[in-house]
Amino acid sequence: MNGPPAAVAARNIGFSYRETPVFRGIDFTVAPGEMVALIGPNGSGKTTLLKLISGAVAPTGGGVTLSGKPIERLSSGRKARLVAVVPQETGMTFDFTVMETVLMGRTAYLGRFGVETHEDIAVAQEAMRRTGTLQFAGRLLSHLSGGERQLVVIARALAQKARLLLLDEPTAFLDIKHRMEIYDLLLGLNAEEGLTIVTTSHDINLAARYCRRIVLIKQGLIRADGPPDQVFQPELLSDVYDTPLHVMTDPATGIPYALPPIVPTAPAVSRGGFPHPKTIR
Amino acid sequence: MSSVPSLSPAFDRLRAAATGRRFTAGRAAAVIALLSVVLIVAVLFSLTVGSTSAGILDLVLPSRASSESATILMRVRLPRILLALAVGASLSAAGVCFQALLRNPLADPYILGISGGAGLGAILSSALAAGAGMPLTLLRPAAAFAGSLGAVMLLLAMARRHGRLLPETMILLGVVMNATIMAAIMFIITMADFSRYAGTMYWLLGNLTSPTPAELAMVYGCLGPGVLVLALLGQGLNVMTGGEELAGQVGVDVPRLRILALLAASLITAAAVSMAGLVGFVGLMVPHLGRAWLGPDNRLLVPASALLGAIILVMADTAARSLFAPTQIPVGVITALFGGPCFLWLFARHRPGEGTAA
Repeated sequence: MNGPPAAVAARNIGFSYRETPVFRGIDFTVAPGEMVALIGPNGSGKTTLLKLISGAVAPTGGGVTLSGKPIERLSSGRKARLVAVVPQETGMTFDFTVMETVLMGRTAYLGRFGVETHEDIAVAQEAMRRTGTLQFAGRLLSHLSGGERQLVVIARALAQKARLLLLDEPTAFLDIKHRMEIYDLLLGLNAEEGLTIVTTSHDINLAARYCRRIVLIKQGLIRADGPPDQVFQPELLSDVYDTPLHVMTDPATGIPYALPPIVPTAPAVSRGGFPHPKTIR
Repeated sequence: MSSVPSLSPAFDRLRAAATGRRFTAGRAAAVIALLSVVLIVAVLFSLTVGSTSAGILDLVLPSRASSESATILMRVRLPRILLALAVGASLSAAGVCFQALLRNPLADPYILGISGGAGLGAILSSALAAGAGMPLTLLRPAAAFAGSLGAVMLLLAMARRHGRLLPETMILLGVVMNATIMAAIMFIITMADFSRYAGTMYWLLGNLTSPTPAELAMVYGCLGPGVLVLALLGQGLNVMTGGEELAGQVGVDVPRLRILALLAASLITAAAVSMAGLVGFVGLMVPHLGRAWLGPDNRLLVPASALLGAIILVMADTAARSLFAPTQIPVGVITALFGGPCFLWLFARHRPGEGTAA
């Protein structure tokens, strides 16, 4: 093999959840420095694929390597230095401060007595500076807004100093400004610091704008894998999402985006006697 | 998302100021030193209080040193105070551990039936050993340890079966477990010669007596390593409050952490229960008190709660044996009188559906 080993190489992996197969032998490889979006409908297997390549769950067949190392042979400490995860659910039972939360990303680096060194503090501060959360360092996590909290969770992942960052729906529940903020941050981390990034997303248009590679999954099968203009085929997207979708191209950037077709106009007077809002002029 | 109750914005600001300081060895040393001084004062105060007029002076003044009072202090009061100290420390440290590990702010060894499991083991061994004429100093704690471990395993098995066990559901399981265990204990007492276990009723309520040196050595032999292990696992426990998956992802060896923490917490619970019976609510109240003051970082919370719990139980037992002297109230009555309302308050502040189990 030439060059550095793949950041992630999942070969012929199978996985079943309670007897129901989710994957029956798929291949998925990410080269170092790539920024990849996994898209697909609910229940398509995006999150499961992320969990398989982060080692949170073990495949029932095939194998996963991280930077060439079989994931099942890595200790949890070594794994945490290779791959960091931003999970979908971020609830903590007790109320930690932002600083304490970000320092949790340093767990794999702590010595026997579990006390952070100056270096750990410096790394955590750098991660907070990078995500714009340093100003909240002393605040309680529960006192932050949803968007701020998500940035803190990303800072915790960055504090792990792993070269591979996996994110599961990092922009769910966020407004458009915060979604852009998160994607701008990810793009910066990818372009400036060379982090390899794999993220799942339901916002397929934002994913297309920011990621050079889109992987379209449905029912545990990779239906398309390539640059946005290759994946955004109207028939393919409509079929995968099981709803009619039109694909257009942003004239400024040449990047495709998908939208549902125009809602057919309802009859002027509905059964209740009130006009449909779309027909009001 | 927070389950820690908040009293008011002012209280929140105070707490934020307190928790804004992160864990450092220096801060831990300062807090532990402060609490140790308070504990020593509490022990000395407790020594002077009792149904006889014996006081500290009986130990200090040479003229009185060999008196009967000095004997009372050294042979009767001091061992009991040292036991109260160890029991309070054990139950509080175990409470911190169970709350973090089970992701349940309402967890407590007593409420969850873990103390009950230890109690069942202790009673069973007492009934059997009395027949066989075996020494109980080590057998009883060992049986209590088996009992507490069994109760913990049952809880975890239930939690795993349901994937996510809500804190309220877990409390309900504890209630059922406690009721069943009480019935089993009553059955054993009735079948065995009841007169031999006259102290059992007191013991079921949580009661301290003066232990032998061997018994004290046993309790401290469990407490020391147990609390040390839990404190060293502190950062792992912190991360576990965000779930096992998160803990695994930031580099915690989750199976190892869970086994070590459960063994340590069950061991110190068992040691405390085998000596003092079912002292309730200490393991619930003290960790919350510690968290309100110091924040939720378990590296500091474990040793600090152990010391806080020691202080509180030493004071509670002083009250138990002196308030209505010469009548002595079981110390468990006092902790339950304070702890019950405390639980209700926490329960009312707790937003249902929050927090999950293993």
